[in-house]
Amino acid sequence: MKTFANSNARDFQQAVALVQQTRQQGRAASLVGGGSDLLGLVKERIVNPDVLVNLKTIRGLDQVRPSNGGVNIGGLITLDTLSRNDVIRRQYSVLAEAAETVATPQIRNVGTLAGNVCQRPWCWYFRNGFPCYKNGGNTCFSFGGENQFHAIFGGGPSYIVHPSDTAVALLALDAKFRIVGPSGERVLPAAEFFALPQQNPARENVLAADEALAEVQIPALRAGTRSTYHKIMDREAWTHAVVSAAMVLEMDKQVCRSARVVLGGVAPIPWRLPKVEQMLSGERITEALAAKAAEAALEGAKPLAKNAYKVPLTKGVVRRTLVELAARG
Amino acid sequence: MKPLGKNGRKKLEKVHIRLRVNGEETEVAFAPHKTLLEVLREDLRLTGTKHGCELGECGCCAVLVDGRPVLSCLALGVAMEGHEITTVEGMAVGTELHPLQQTFAELGAAQCGYCTPGILLTAKALLETNSRPSRDEIKEALAGNLCRCTGYIKILEAVELAAARMAGGQAEPAKETIYGWE
Ligand SMILES: Cc1cc2nc3c(=O)[nH]c(=O)nc-3n(C[C@H](O)[C@H](O)[C@H](O)COP(=O)(O)OP(=O)(O)OC[C@H]3O[C@@H](n4cnc5c(N)ncnc54)[C@H](O)[C@@H]3O)c2cc1C
Ligand code: SF4
Ligand code: FES
Ligand code: FES
Repeated sequence: MKTFANSNARDFQQAVALVQQTRQQGRAASLVGGGSDLLGLVKERIVNPDVLVNLKTIRGLDQVRPSNGGVNIGGLITLDTLSRNDVIRRQYSVLAEAAETVATPQIRNVGTLAGNVCQRPWCWYFRNGFPCYKNGGNTCFSFGGENQFHAIFGGGPSYIVHPSDTAVALLALDAKFRIVGPSGERVLPAAEFFALPQQNPARENVLAADEALAEVQIPALRAGTRSTYHKIMDREAWTHAVVSAAMVLEMDKQVCRSARVVLGGVAPIPWRLPKVEQMLSGERITEALAAKAAEAALEGAKPLAKNAYKVPLTKGVVRRTLVELAARG
Repeated sequence: MKPLGKNGRKKLEKVHIRLRVNGEETEVAFAPHKTLLEVLREDLRLTGTKHGCELGECGCCAVLVDGRPVLSCLALGVAMEGHEITTVEGMAVGTELHPLQQTFAELGAAQCGYCTPGILLTAKALLETNSRPSRDEIKEALAGNLCRCTGYIKILEAVELAAARMAGGQAEPAKETIYGWE
């Protein structure tokens, strides 16, 4: 592995100041939470930090705390702790379910929520050091190459799919992200945090190089709200979603008052479906409506040469998840 | 100027860290970019922890940190200060094997044995929080541990048998586990 120095951060302000200073000296710095993504990238020489700024030494941001009827979740909470938290399991089951499908138990024991949301893509070209957009080049090898697991929505010029399971759930829950930078803080809705490659093909979100994700804020949900995360993998455990769906339905007896429907594994960002949400609101969710919603969900999909299978697969996921969640009662 | 090493390259500054491994406190000096796996194997000479994919994919480097299974290939040694580390060397008490080690040996749940330390430790952590796990719970707990030899069935049976014995049962392995189907 490339050699680097380690510096333990006391708080997020200090962490981003360390990153800024290191960069001003012309050296590279990387933030590290659990390290389960970053260390792999460093070993493969995709990322070459001179200094690692360790966030795990920051105290107090590894918990779920109630706030204005909703919850604030520290970015340093591990995925395992998050998925076992009582409040999250009861009120925000979509997030608990998403967190518990991530990777393997060993990775969930160290992987942090912020690290999961900020993890880099798992496109095989990127991870194998091909000089594509994500590695600072100006081409995408997957577009005309091996694109079995790539985007069917929102692609171009890079065709990655956003790899984070929790990101899909957080967008469905209308979460906000508290971001710390050297000159202060900002709070962004999840929808404005993730960015399509047409905005900047080298990045997956709007974080500046010296900014960090400190906390996730989830608003209160109305009574009658239920939610779930449905993930399809090419094996039963251990791996990223081929396709996934996060759904949050506010139900009044049999009628859906409002819905938030977000797909994972299909686009370079968690992919929200406003049209489907509109179709569902004010309606009773029947098999027939779910099937119509599934058709609408895939409108405009642009599969690549080797991933057209994702279109019927995603339809099935949308239809089934809707029917199952509506029937949960 | 930093001093130069023998080969003329910059000498690495080492960190000095107190680690608690298998119940013993030790002070180790190592370069800050070393993974826990490297510190265990190279600096502490605890080579029971195995070195596989190095990328979080196989689980053979799993050790316990504060009782929880963690991949030592994706953890930095410097991050381990103040934490309790258990490796496979810490499972037996004197000459007495841990019940899991005993059942893995009895049932042939290890063949080449390369994946075994990581699986033993991950299973140990499971049995400490769930003393009689179902087969599905064992599969879930071991989902991050790949084995290329056994086909997994004997591993699952060995964990079940150890769980039964640790719970005080007089459990014996099923006959077909040892002799195969007639
Ligand atoms: C075998 C395997 C299977 C996997 N399967 C899945 C899966 O099914 N689903 C899934 O979602 N993920 C999966 N992953 C990815 C894994 O979940 C992530 O590696 C993990 O969640 C990252 O968390 P971490 O704390 O270890 O991040 P780190 O490795 O510490 O950091 C990840 C990235 O985020 C940056 N970063 C970390 N913290 C912050 C912060 N606070 N602010 C800004 N940037 C930050 C780092 O600089 C780095 O670029 C898998 C990984 C492996 C190795
Ligand atoms: S999809 Fe993105 S990461 Fe993969 S080759 Fe294209 S530009 Fe690189
Ligand atoms: S060597 Fe650590 S997971 Fe394979
Ligand atoms: S016994 Fe050989 S890999 Fe498991």
